[in-house]
Amino acid sequence: MNVLYGLLTPDSGEILIDGVPQTFHSPRDALRAKVGMVHQHFMLVPVFTVAENIMLGREKTSGVLLSRAAARAEVRELSERYGLDVDPDAVVEDIPVGVQQRVEIIKALTSDCDLLILDEPTAVLTPAEIDELLDVMRTLRADGKSIVFITHKLKEVKAIADKITVVRRGRIVGTAEPTTGEDELAAMMVGREVSLTVDKTPARPGEPVLEIAGLSVLDERGQRAVDGLDLEVRAGEILGIAGVQGNGQTELAEAIMSLRPVLTGTIMVNKCPATRSKTRQVIDSGVGYVPEDRSADGLVKSFSIAENLVLNQYDKPPYGSGFMINPKMINKVAEERVAEYDVRTPSARTPVGTLSGGNQQKVIVAREMSRKLDLLIAAQPTRGVDVGSIEFIHKRIVAERDTGTGVLLISSELDEVLALSDRVAVMYRGRILDIVSPDTPREKIGRLMAGLTDDQAASKEPGA
Amino acid sequence: MTNPPAKGDGVPAEEPAPTAGGDNGLTVPPAEQFEAAMEDEAAEQAVAVEETAAVTRRKPWILRAAIYLTTANQVMVTVYSLILAAVVGAILIIVSDPYVRSTWGYFFSQPGDALSASWDAVATAYGALFRGAVVDPDKLNRWFYGMADLDAVLRPIATTFNYSAPLIFTGMAVALAFRSGLFNIGAQGQAVVGAIGAAIVGFSFTGLPTIVHLPLTLLGGLVGGAIWGAIPGVLKALTGAHEVIISIMLNYIGGYLLLWVISTKFVHSPDRTDAISKPASESALFPSLFGAGLPANWGIVLAVVVAAGMSWFLARSSLGFRFRTVGANPAAAKTAGMGVAGTYATAMAFGGGLAGLGGATILLGSTSHALTPSVAGTIGFDGITVALLGRAKPLGVVFSALLFGAMQAGASTMQTVAQIPVDMVTVLQAVIVIFIAAPALVKGIFHLREAKVSGQELSMAKGW
Repeated sequence: MNVLYGLLTPDSGEILIDGVPQTFHSPRDALRAKVGMVHQHFMLVPVFTVAENIMLGREKTSGVLLSRAAARAEVRELSERYGLDVDPDAVVEDIPVGVQQRVEIIKALTSDCDLLILDEPTAVLTPAEIDELLDVMRTLRADGKSIVFITHKLKEVKAIADKITVVRRGRIVGTAEPTTGEDELAAMMVGREVSLTVDKTPARPGEPVLEIAGLSVLDERGQRAVDGLDLEVRAGEILGIAGVQGNGQTELAEAIMSLRPVLTGTIMVNKCPATRSKTRQVIDSGVGYVPEDRSADGLVKSFSIAENLVLNQYDKPPYGSGFMINPKMINKVAEERVAEYDVRTPSARTPVGTLSGGNQQKVIVAREMSRKLDLLIAAQPTRGVDVGSIEFIHKRIVAERDTGTGVLLISSELDEVLALSDRVAVMYRGRILDIVSPDTPREKIGRLMAGLTDDQAASKEPGA
Repeated sequence: MTNPPAKGDGVPAEEPAPTAGGDNGLTVPPAEQFEAAMEDEAAEQAVAVEETAAVTRRKPWILRAAIYLTTANQVMVTVYSLILAAVVGAILIIVSDPYVRSTWGYFFSQPGDALSASWDAVATAYGALFRGAVVDPDKLNRWFYGMADLDAVLRPIATTFNYSAPLIFTGMAVALAFRSGLFNIGAQGQAVVGAIGAAIVGFSFTGLPTIVHLPLTLLGGLVGGAIWGAIPGVLKALTGAHEVIISIMLNYIGGYLLLWVISTKFVHSPDRTDAISKPASESALFPSLFGAGLPANWGIVLAVVVAAGMSWFLARSSLGFRFRTVGANPAAAKTAGMGVAGTYATAMAFGGGLAGLGGATILLGSTSHALTPSVAGTIGFDGITVALLGRAKPLGVVFSALLFGAMQAGASTMQTVAQIPVDMVTVLQAVIVIFIAAPALVKGIFHLREAKVSGQELSMAKGW
């Protein structure tokens, strides 16, 4: 979609608008071709008024003075025509998210576009706001505008769409009519690709190493990302969390690591309360963590591999003691780890930033797994990683389980979850909907991931 | 969903993470840096990686040297910036001299006149700068034949050392904070408060042996500066207040604190009516480095030793490792269990302590050994420039402080001999920093190659 809006240029292929091939080098080109876009993250200036935001970038002037009146009139006119109910003089940061989104829509409409792209517009809205948005979209459709509505919520698609296209991993996997059953759509979303095969023996679960009860955690926007979640991971098993991204998985992992404050509920690691611990204490109590965003949270790119390998162990023997660290030992151990974990690099002193994604991930895996663990939290452990490295990392995770570590695997790749897990917990809107066996048909898991429990699916009631 | 298409077939598309931009290199932390010692190695490895040869085949040294000299790495950008600044300075000298200007009036009839007059003006000015800052070859020659005493030969370099020592400290105060991801604008205030602390300890005791009194005096400076530096650090840690704003304000407060302190009965010199404190006791002063007649004292030696200590501290101590990690990627530091807020506070206190030592050194190196309203001059602000020029590395700071000290020492000779105002030196310093802060400009002028290692390209101006 960023290609269509001119933010990215395509590596290959072409875009046809009304049958004419177009090349978009910038959003300006896209606007000229009457393509407008409402981004998932709003592109508004918070301290400006609605009218000021609308005229941003194409200010109408009389001489050197901005003609605010014209912008205000434009907002009022569009607002009335499509029933948007937006006050042109309101300051953007003071109005609710749903209204901000309508400001974005007005902004797209003022450039007189025929094609409107809405990128996950409902992700930030409350149910009532979603209903209003769907009404606005119907009005726009009635006015002859085309809308590309991107979402992962099946109910919304069925409620509004005239034609449905399912995209997975950058490819169209199928098209469907809005009358298609939700089961079928879910199945298309989840895919039927050949499963990854991982050799593993049946798990021999032991004592619980992670017990979570009634956990609630807020996200950056202050919404409950994790909402009364209960979960238990036992020693020697891999518990996989399946779920569409953005259902609280990130916040769950960060809460366990004490990187994010817990609102309510308890977390027990090895039967010791860890709800209000410091991250350091959690790490020291034998918890390994592969963060989902390795660039931001996992690595210091300008540091050498060796330094990254001791990022959370730098002051512990044999790497350091008291005030000193021991670079010789750090480098020596790093050479061993590089060999053991098959990190492809000229030397252990190479800056991590120069390595490929797969090798960077192996550095994190090496760091976390080369100490004695009781619990491993692996969030998106193979995201953006080449196939060879995926296989290697999977083997390592299973090997770690076999030494008696409890593994909490969080992945938005269902294939990965099914291949590795001994039990699969499906997470939806901050809760675990169900815990199933990895042999469960993926259609069923897909339905759960879309928030449909069996009784709901049976009644086919598109409530919301 | 909104992902760009996968770049290669069979490789999963790298999904941008919901919170931060994924592995696309756009999220380079503000302060990515290497140890000076690692830098050459890193550059070499970059070349090696770039070649993508399975075997790391080394090019002949002369070719590697040529590549190094034409690459926009930190060292070469600094060198080329100095050259450019010298050129800009030369142009200013030519333009500001009325006689040289007049020769350019008939450039087309007698170009030789203009060129030789310009050359003479520039050579005289820079020559005088050199003779006033390093050594006068003429005096050296006469000393060799016994016609001048050694003092006359050493005076320029001694003056340089006396100017440089405090700059090394304040430069490190800024550099250390910068390595920890902080922009310490407050070195001026910290140096002032350090000077107050040192002065009070310096004049309060009499009859102590130097070996006791001098360290105590320095400790007074260290503690004073550390307290002043800790204030913005602690406020940042506890409330998130920006250290730049707080430390700028503390510069003002420190300046007026100094005026008030001097005016108090306890501090003000009873023998004087102007604003000056009691002088520090003889026992509190640094021993002279080259003999009593020359301004240089052991402060410069202390400064270099402390710089070496800081280099060691950053590379070998666990606290230094923490500083560097927090500075390079605070999110990764947090994930690894480091206390980011506490590290900020500690780093600011350390930086403040260094600036305080700078204040003590300039107090003890001054002719009156007493507090005056302008006792610290502008060493704090110059420290920012020194740290920029020295790329926030201890060795670089020492060299750039020596260069700036030399320019200040040579400025008066330049004024006497070549009638170039001393302010020219300030202009030169500013021009150097402008080029350093705009590496792309230097790169463009000299057509340098792109430095390949991530984190190599550092603009300190982006710190906030």
